[in-house]
Parts: sequence; structure tokens; C-alpha cells
Amino acid sequence: MKIAVCVKEVPDPGPLRRIDPATKRIDRSGDRSLNTYDLNAIEEALRLNEAGGGGEVILVSMGPERALESLRKGLAMGAARAVLISDEAAAGSDLVATSLVLAEAIKRESPDLVLFGQQAGDSDGAVLWAAVADRLQLPVVSQVSELSIDGGKVTAKRQSEFGYDTIEAPLPAVLAVSDALNEPRYPSLKGIMGAKKKPQDVLSLSDLGVSADRAGEAGSRTAVSALSPPPSRGDTQKIEDDGSAAQKVLEYLIERKLV
Amino acid sequence: MSTLVFLEHHGSGIQKASLGVLSKAASLDADTSAVIIGSGVSGLAAEAARYGAARVFIADDASLEAPLPQTRVDVIADLVKANGFANVLFGASVLASDIAGALSARLEAGLNWDLSGLAVEGGALVGQRSALGDTVLVDVAWTAEPRLGLVRSGSFEPTEISGAGAVETVSVALQEFSSKAKMVERAHAEQTGPSIEEADTLVAGGRGVGSPEAFSELEALASALGGAVASTRAVVDSGWYPYQTQVGQTGKTVAPKLYIACGISGAIQHKVGMQSSQVIVSINKDPNAAIFDFSDLAVVGDLHEIVPKLTALVAERKA
Repeated sequence: MKIAVCVKEVPDPGPLRRIDPATKRIDRSGDRSLNTYDLNAIEEALRLNEAGGGGEVILVSMGPERALESLRKGLAMGAARAVLISDEAAAGSDLVATSLVLAEAIKRESPDLVLFGQQAGDSDGAVLWAAVADRLQLPVVSQVSELSIDGGKVTAKRQSEFGYDTIEAPLPAVLAVSDALNEPRYPSLKGIMGAKKKPQDVLSLSDLGVSADRAGEAGSRTAVSALSPPPSRGDTQKIEDDGSAAQKVLEYLIERKLV
Repeated sequence: MSTLVFLEHHGSGIQKASLGVLSKAASLDADTSAVIIGSGVSGLAAEAARYGAARVFIADDASLEAPLPQTRVDVIADLVKANGFANVLFGASVLASDIAGALSARLEAGLNWDLSGLAVEGGALVGQRSALGDTVLVDVAWTAEPRLGLVRSGSFEPTEISGAGAVETVSVALQEFSSKAKMVERAHAEQTGPSIEEADTLVAGGRGVGSPEAFSELEALASALGGAVASTRAVVDSGWYPYQTQVGQTGKTVAPKLYIACGISGAIQHKVGMQSSQVIVSINKDPNAAIFDFSDLAVVGDLHEIVPKLTALVAERKA
């Protein structure tokens, strides 16, 4: 199968992540890596093809050109090639603009399956696949914790608030996989050595036929207007249990009308 | 301004998160409508009116029986085009996130997610959300209509604001691709009591609870308090408790009135899912547990001693 996996380079998680007060965008100047959740999508794509008679796994991403470095991790895991849409005019794209650009890039590949990880580690977004599927006019299933492909259709287990649904859809389809689905492999030394030589296409918006006013800030419909520190919780009241802690907790809850 | 709120239903009731968004929207905009989509759902309209809907759109069709997103996108997109709503709001859930995401593409409309605050400034909706592991509060806006928003669960308590509740039946026209995904089997998880997104009180257990059996102590306390039991990633990964109860980065984000954390160390991945709770009480043997740093009441002690005692005291008081 030809499987497109949409991936994203994100700033390394940790205390140093910040929003640049001038641009109000996430500061991406520090260390970066492939979004962890995307590794589950790459892993699943590789496994599907290993089990099902081969095919091609293509990484599709949007970001600055240096993001190729992060994409190489996916290539080292076993993806065949990477397509990166990199264009100054695409910087600052919101969901409307990003979904348009990715959908156009995916259309060029006509894959049998499009996979996403369950969320973006930087923006905590968990909506992109639905927007891309709508633009591609393909069925979508999210929060997939188990999947199988047989006879041109996918059967997926979706984790929802109420338990597990089983959903079936014909291919081509768009799936967002949960990180409970698999354990991503570590790239082998051979994989790492070979990754640099795999095809890595860098495309501009005009390569995709997307006009610059439909991407980046011009093509976006949301904006960040201000940043502030979160409200403090106030002081912590601490007690050590000397046998009376339960009573003290009860009194605390009664005082706050929580019982 | 005019606002449409998607009301998600499960079984015979509308989700509390949806009603919270509806009553908040109605308090900001008198011209707030609700939409209920499903099969056999017309009986839910009265509840929507109680929480402030001036109009209730009902899309009732056998093809809408399964809670799948794409059919619902078709219905809402048509409604927005016909009525020109300025805002379309959702209480976040797996289903609502997929609907809102797809609607953003369909209508070329901006979507802000994880909203914990909504307000009207200069006649237009603005929102507030937390970002970067809840270390920053971000004021967000939209640059065009319609404005789509996904509200973090627990942000708004449903309050009864009586609305006119004029019922309008919506005709359903689905796109061909929207019906391609089919529900083969629907979740029928046994559930007694409220789900963790709906509960006002959560008693949450981490690895420090010690064993799957010991979760019965937390269940007893949750039941005495009229709440639900939540868990952590470590607990779910160990197979001690079901995924639907997992709070944190890869689970649910909750904001109950009371969160009692038992045997939870307070890793950042868990913190982001619960730190918006109104009151956090934590019980942990380790006096240096990170969770104490963002708790209102920190109890250093053995949860197996304290939880059963507290359960008995609460039951006694209620009796």
C-alpha cells in the first residue's frame, strides 16, 4: 500500500518551551524533534506494509527547511521518502491554512491510506486529520487504538469517552492513531546511515498550486492577541497524617461546600 | 451576533459539557441556538431550551444514528450557510473535535481549541486557552466569521437560563463521502455513575494505589461523594483501570469542582489534564511528591488508611 504519514517537527518538550512575545508564535529556536505521537503513525504504516506485501511509506510535512533533520528520524525508521512543504509564506498557518496545504500535497501522492499521530506535542491540537479528510473528501476515523486492513477496507477501534467503537471504512481513508496502538521501533544503525540518502523533496506553495494568500497568516482565520501567566493556585495547605487526616480533609471539604 | 452550539448526546441525555457551553453562550449572546443531531432525538429539545437555546434545530434521521463526525459536519455546515451564524461552539470530546476540525475546512473557518474562557469584545467573540502544558494563558481571536470554538471540558458549569426553545426540524442532505465510515459496533462500556468529564468530583488513583484491587477503596470514596474514579497513564498502561478514566496529556482533560489525587506523583503529563480543577486535594506517602506543588490541600500519609476513613466519615455525614 502507498501510505502517507503526516508528521510535524516540534520544539523539544520541556521547561524551555515558550511563546515568543513579539510574534506570539511558539518559539522554535531551541532543539527540535519529530512529534512523538507521529512515531506511532509511522510505526503503524511500516507494520501494515511489512505484514501486507510491501508498499511505500511517505512522510508529508510542512515547516521550515531545517525540519528535514527531524524527518530523517522517520526515514531511519523505514519510511521510503519525505515530502516537505517549506515556504516563507506558509509560516504561521492555522488549521484552515495547514489543512489546505497538506491536503494538496497528499493529493499529488494519491495514497491508499493517510495516517496522523493523535495530537501535536506543541499546540496540543487534535483536529487536523478531520480537516484534511474533509478537503480530500475521504472517510476519517480518529483515536484508533487497533486497526486491520482487509479487502480494500479498514476496520478500526476508536477510543471514545464511552468505551471502544468499531468503525469500518473503505480505502482510501484518513486515520489518526492513538499512542496505545503500538511501540515505535528504534531506528537501526543501518537505517540511520541510509536516511540521508533517501529522497527528500522540498516543495513550495506554488509547486502545490496553492496561492500565497491562502497560507500563512494571510490564509489563517485565527489569531493570538495576548499572553499572560496562568492564575496562581495560591498556597498549599499541608498536613501530615497522625491518624486525624481523614477528619481534617472532611472539615476542609465541608468548609468549601464540597460535601 | 448569533451563535450555534452543538449538543452532544449519549443515551437519553445531553452531555453536561455541551450544556455548559450552551448556557455560557446564551449568557453572552441572546441569539443562541442549539443543534441536536441523531436518530430519535427530538425529545431532547426541551432540555436545550432550559439551558438557554432560543431556537433548537433538530436533525433526526436514521442515517445519523451512529455518533460519527462526518454526517454531522454536513448538517452543521448547511445550517451555518442557511442561517449565517457568527459563532459555532462545541464542548470538546472525541466526536466534537472531529466535527469542529472538519467544519473548519468545509467553511474555511478558524477554529480555536482548548478554550477555557469565552467573552464578547467589541461585538465579537474572543476566547482564552492554556498552552504549553498550561504554563501560558493565551487570548485568542478569530479574524473572520464563522468563529469555531472547542471548549475544554469542565470550563463552564451548566446553568439554567430559560430560552424560547423554538424547535425547527432540519432536513438532512449528506455528502457521499460522509457516509462511507460505518459503525460496526458501538461502545457499550458498563458505566455506573457519571463519566470523568461529567463528574463534579473525581477520586483519582496513580501507581501509588498499589494494585488494581485497591481501586475499590477509591470507588467507595467516589461513590460516597457522588463522583467518579479517574486514573493515570501508568495505571492504564499496567492494565489496572480502563483507558476511559485516564487523565492527562494522552487521556482526558478534566476540571471538576474537586479532584482528590491518591498515590499520584504529579508528572507534568498528568498535571496538564487536571490542574484546572477548582480544588485539588492530594494524598501521598512521599512528602516531596510533585503533586503537592499544585494542590490546595496536601496530605502526607498512607492512602489506604486515609481513604477508607474519609469514605466512612462522608457516608456518616450524609446519613
